[in-house]
Amino acid sequence: MTRTTQWVYGWLMLLPALSLLALFTHYPAVANLWHSFFSTPRAARPAAFVGLDNYRVLIDDPIFWQSLSNNLWYALGTIPLSIVIALAMALWVNGRLAGRGLLRLAYFTPTVLPMIAVANIWLFFFTPEYGLLEQITRWFGFATHNWLGSKSTALPALMIVTIWKEAGFFMIFYLAALQSMSPHLAEAAAIEGASRWHFFRRVTLPLLMPTTLFVLVNAVINAFRLVDHVVVMTRGGPDNATSLLLFYIFETGFRFWDSSYAATLTMVLLAILATTALLQFFVLDRRVHYQ
Amino acid sequence: MSATAIYQRRGSALALETLAAWLLGILWVLPLVFAFWTAFHPAEFSTRFALGAPLTLDNFVKAWQAAPFARYFVNTVLLVTMILAAQLVLVTFAAYAFARFEFPGRDVLFALVLVQLMVMPDVLLVENYRTMTALGIKDTILAIGLPYFASAFGIFLLRQTFKTVPKELDEAARVEGCSPLATLWKVYVPLARPTYLAFALVSVSYHWNNFLWPLIITNSVESRPVTVGLQVFSATDQGIDWSIINAATLLSAGPLLIAFLLFQRQFVQSFMRAGIK
Repeated sequence: MTRTTQWVYGWLMLLPALSLLALFTHYPAVANLWHSFFSTPRAARPAAFVGLDNYRVLIDDPIFWQSLSNNLWYALGTIPLSIVIALAMALWVNGRLAGRGLLRLAYFTPTVLPMIAVANIWLFFFTPEYGLLEQITRWFGFATHNWLGSKSTALPALMIVTIWKEAGFFMIFYLAALQSMSPHLAEAAAIEGASRWHFFRRVTLPLLMPTTLFVLVNAVINAFRLVDHVVVMTRGGPDNATSLLLFYIFETGFRFWDSSYAATLTMVLLAILATTALLQFFVLDRRVHYQ
Repeated sequence: MSATAIYQRRGSALALETLAAWLLGILWVLPLVFAFWTAFHPAEFSTRFALGAPLTLDNFVKAWQAAPFARYFVNTVLLVTMILAAQLVLVTFAAYAFARFEFPGRDVLFALVLVQLMVMPDVLLVENYRTMTALGIKDTILAIGLPYFASAFGIFLLRQTFKTVPKELDEAARVEGCSPLATLWKVYVPLARPTYLAFALVSVSYHWNNFLWPLIITNSVESRPVTVGLQVFSATDQGIDWSIINAATLLSAGPLLIAFLLFQRQFVQSFMRAGIK
């Protein structure tokens, strides 16, 4: 094949996928920035250029700051715990425990359920008066408590749902990594007289680092991308205690129909995702691939 | 033999860890068992766990009659089939171009594709809604699926697989007189079958479960997928009849859940394969 035919073939085969990507990923990202400099068109007045006005509103918007801080706490509360549980699950399922097939099934099942179904199930679980959680706490003699209705417990309740849904998903990646580890490593370590804990800390854990990075990046994206359970369980309440960034964008854009301010909020979300990508690419990737 | 075989737990450590693993397992299935219990029992037993409680399918019948779930299921099946079909075609060509063709701008274009791994259509709600309005396809199944047709994840995954195909096979096909497209069809696609299966399972479960974008872009029974239908159903206040809501919830997750239980091994292996770069 000549070079020119290579070029033509390459470009032609890329054309359909790239044009769709351009239309629904690159264009909206740029258009979003553009629209954040305009006012939202209303019936009487068309959109007008307002410069940085939307960003000034954003800086003075307490709900934005609360959603952002909620989201950061949510990420901090779900990610490390999901990863640790996922690792424990993988180690257990990979070992020779009794009934590990059943355990793997139990751990992984929440992953294939729709988040919206999961949210409905847990909504019932947390229901005041006659949810399962209430039944258990009452049995132990505690006073009744509205888990999703009080500001201090609503966000932690959502975190539990997320951990429940995601840990089994992340377990799969650890399991894949554990299964591809060479048995010679353990043999060599045993000959050297390494203890089990020492082997885990000095050999297994470092070898799992690329997997941990992969899981970490996925978990960060999910923490900012998935708000289905907020829509179902709390609608951001009580008093914005569970409003996450994307949920606030959704409310602003499709309940209050303020598309320009929603675009401005989306820029913050895009900045967070871009930072995650750059961190992964330039910092973490270099440190992790040492082989 | 797995790497941990030598460092197997023994004695009391083994017993303790088995106990912990099982406790976690029970904790993990408890909410599901609870949902099943309420869905299959009359409302008065929804929080009373009596062994002799009568089983019933009434809640499912009531849920099925209370909302157009049949139509929602048709919509979801149409949606995931359409997305998967479009993805398989687009992804195959793009991955082949990136894996085996030399042309200027290839690396830049590949980087542009990877942008979608971070900036998914899920977060570009406002602008994509505007685009769909401009295209005049708001409130259609096509509008739900369109932003997902070109999948960066699929292109990335398949490109990796295509790169492992030995060049000799490719050259042998060319010597036989195969055009590049015939080579793709006869050599690359058959060899990448496990990757296709992995991608298909991940894609189908993702789009079966997707919620926020379909919620925004649809507005009628004719286009709503089952996730949105479930939300509309349970949000329009059923007098908090949890038995019926739980039945509807299990109904909406049912097909995927049954498929998962039947093909557990394939699911787990597919998710594993999709996660290893």
